Amino acid sequence: MSFEPKILGIACNWCTYTGADLAGTTRLHYPQNVRVVRVMCSSRINPSFIFRAFQLGADGVLIGGCHPGDCHYNTGNLYARRRLATTKKILEFAGLEPGRLRVEWISASEGNKFAEVVEEFTMQIKNLGPQSKLKIQQ
Amino acid sequence: MSRIGVFVCHCGLNIAKTVRVSELAEFAATLPDVVVAKDYKFMCSTPGQEMIQHDIKQYNLDRVIVTACSPLMHEKTFRKVIENAGLNQYLLTIVNIREQVSWVTTDIEEGTAKSKALLNGAVYRARLLAPLTSRVIDVNPDVMVIGAGIAGIQAALELANTGKKVYLVEKNSTIGGHMAQFDKTFPTLDCSACILTPKMDNVLQHKNITMLTYCEVSGVKGYVGNFDITIKQKARYVDHSKCNACLACTEKCPGKGVSEWDEALVKRKSIYIPFPQAVPQKPIIDRESCTFFKKGKCRLCEKVCEQKAIDFEQQDTFIDVKVGAIIVATGFDLMDTKPLVQYGYGKYPGVYNSLEVERLFNSAGPTSGKVTMRDGKEPQSIAILHCIGSRDKNHHEHCSRVCCMYSLKFAHLFKEKTSADVYQLYIDMRAAGKGYEEFYNRLSEENVKFIRGKGARVTESTEEPGRLIVEAEDTITSKFMKIPVDMVVLSPAIVPRAESKDIGRLLNLSTDKQGFFMERHPKLAPLSTMSEGIFIAGVCQGPKDIPDTVAQALGAAAEALTIVVNDKMELEATTAMVNPASCCGCQNCVRVCPYGAPGFNYEKRVSEINEALCKGCGLCASVCPSSAIIARHFTNEQVLAEMEGLMEF
Repeated sequence: MSFEPKILGIACNWCTYTGADLAGTTRLHYPQNVRVVRVMCSSRINPSFIFRAFQLGADGVLIGGCHPGDCHYNTGNLYARRRLATTKKILEFAGLEPGRLRVEWISASEGNKFAEVVEEFTMQIKNLGPQSKLKIQQ
Repeated sequence: MSRIGVFVCHCGLNIAKTVRVSELAEFAATLPDVVVAKDYKFMCSTPGQEMIQHDIKQYNLDRVIVTACSPLMHEKTFRKVIENAGLNQYLLTIVNIREQVSWVTTDIEEGTAKSKALLNGAVYRARLLAPLTSRVIDVNPDVMVIGAGIAGIQAALELANTGKKVYLVEKNSTIGGHMAQFDKTFPTLDCSACILTPKMDNVLQHKNITMLTYCEVSGVKGYVGNFDITIKQKARYVDHSKCNACLACTEKCPGKGVSEWDEALVKRKSIYIPFPQAVPQKPIIDRESCTFFKKGKCRLCEKVCEQKAIDFEQQDTFIDVKVGAIIVATGFDLMDTKPLVQYGYGKYPGVYNSLEVERLFNSAGPTSGKVTMRDGKEPQSIAILHCIGSRDKNHHEHCSRVCCMYSLKFAHLFKEKTSADVYQLYIDMRAAGKGYEEFYNRLSEENVKFIRGKGARVTESTEEPGRLIVEAEDTITSKFMKIPVDMVVLSPAIVPRAESKDIGRLLNLSTDKQGFFMERHPKLAPLSTMSEGIFIAGVCQGPKDIPDTVAQALGAAAEALTIVVNDKMELEATTAMVNPASCCGCQNCVRVCPYGAPGFNYEKRVSEINEALCKGCGLCASVCPSSAIIARHFTNEQVLAEMEGLMEF
């Protein structure tokens, strides 16, 4: 059986979550590996959420927010952008492939972009294989 | 221990086609703390809602999970359902298995498996939810309308007639918008001015409307019910409180500027009103072309003004207003067709865009309604080219909706006013409005030549200088054509106003690919936006004709009224709070909050959050090093539990 990765998505309510809904409304088909948690803003995402996701066995983490400059809360995603860039470095330092964390700015009107990103990222994680570096073995 | 009820919706076959819904309900029943799990065809229908309420009572439920469509669709509906059954509305969790599962897969195995994972996450989260109390706030009863074209005017009048005070903000020195530039309106060919100017006058006279012309919104703070707006009044260099609209100044002025109102076809004075029926009838000075501002002397207008209203020292001023709701009606621009060099706009004087032609027809326009070209001659043959830059993947994918009809109107008016041959070059004739198909049929009998094919290129004739050649393929006969004409009219794509991007940023409005403002839901909330209390009307939301624009304006007025008609309203309870026992006093939260909600209590050495200012983004919670800030409804524990549930399957 081929490897089906588990990917955790965290999406902001106003742009990426709505964009993901639009992908559905327009019936775009994409792989079902990403499970999305909704938060109000990408700035709500604490790096610990990402570490925890990898501990829980996520093979990849996809973060989605509004385009920089278009944040529903004015500047939230700018904080998120800086913090997530650092998080990526820490993950790399911990020995994880940086490609397992992806941050994308997807607006409410970009349903097709959401579908494309999920498709691409799922392929990418499939190529990287299962993540075991941070996973807590039961 | 909580007592959770899970309700799985089939949504007809929308969900049930690619998710095994009964299997999902059976699976739910095996999850911790779930005491009842059911599936039903339409959970949002009356029987579905009653089933949830019945089960809350029968099983003594303290959490409800509805596994259905997106929370953005029906979270509010189901919150009300459980609240009416005596549960706190925040104890509801929605699992989105329609937009994010069943509609994006064709594989029922995949769909069912993902739904199970999402549902498991929801159960983990639901167990940690806490009841919350909505905040009740006072509502400011006034409304601001941005843009005073037909949409803004209609919305403002409607609200003002209900007794509400309206601030109508317009960036130009007159209200009226594009509709005031037109001569006739399709398909009835009634006179645009006759139906619009009385409304403009109503605005001027209405005691409940504060008309703010030559103004721009420069700052927006606050939230639904309590917006604090800063409006920039651009310097007019004429004190309108003194001016008595005698317009002696405009007669004497030697300066010449380009008339924006007449689409740059003629010059106007430097102190001017845009057109004779402008509202207000009071002039402004165009700094760029004014002789005094350019050369330091002249002041003729000042000399003739008996009211002493001319004020060359005038500066931009700022006005602060408070409103409860906002209607955005910023309208449209025509796409700039100069970059489409194949059509020769800006190169050949015989090529016009549609707004220029509207002005040529207008009796108050640069030619007093006579169809004469830039060289002063009457055209003997005219080609109208549809879909310039619209329905074109290289430029704008959307159909601009009104061009087919106004092009037919042009053809009719050309026939009425000249003896020219008129060609219509179209891709498809779109005549979907009331009376439109009839209008098309009427034009077919008016000796207009219809060619089904998009105009490909406009060049100058080598044999007859000044004459233009339109090249196109007639797709019915598959014949390549070269049509010699005197005049070419382009019907360019309709695009959002250039400034609408800034307005969108100020108000946090999302835009679609073309830059039009996005509605909250295309069908069920077409006038609402993602920003509560802000509504959209007219072409700023997408190209549309005057009847649709007016209908939207009336709708937006009604929507705004539902907010400002009440003295108080409920706001989401999902704000942040500080646990003073674990706050380390670092003030990270104070520094990052875009709304200034957290403040530092120097006496107690802890941060405190002003809930009235908090919008619930959760940024402070994620920068708090001691986890002292709790983002209600999205706490660390709740998010982490949901993640754990999602990753288990």
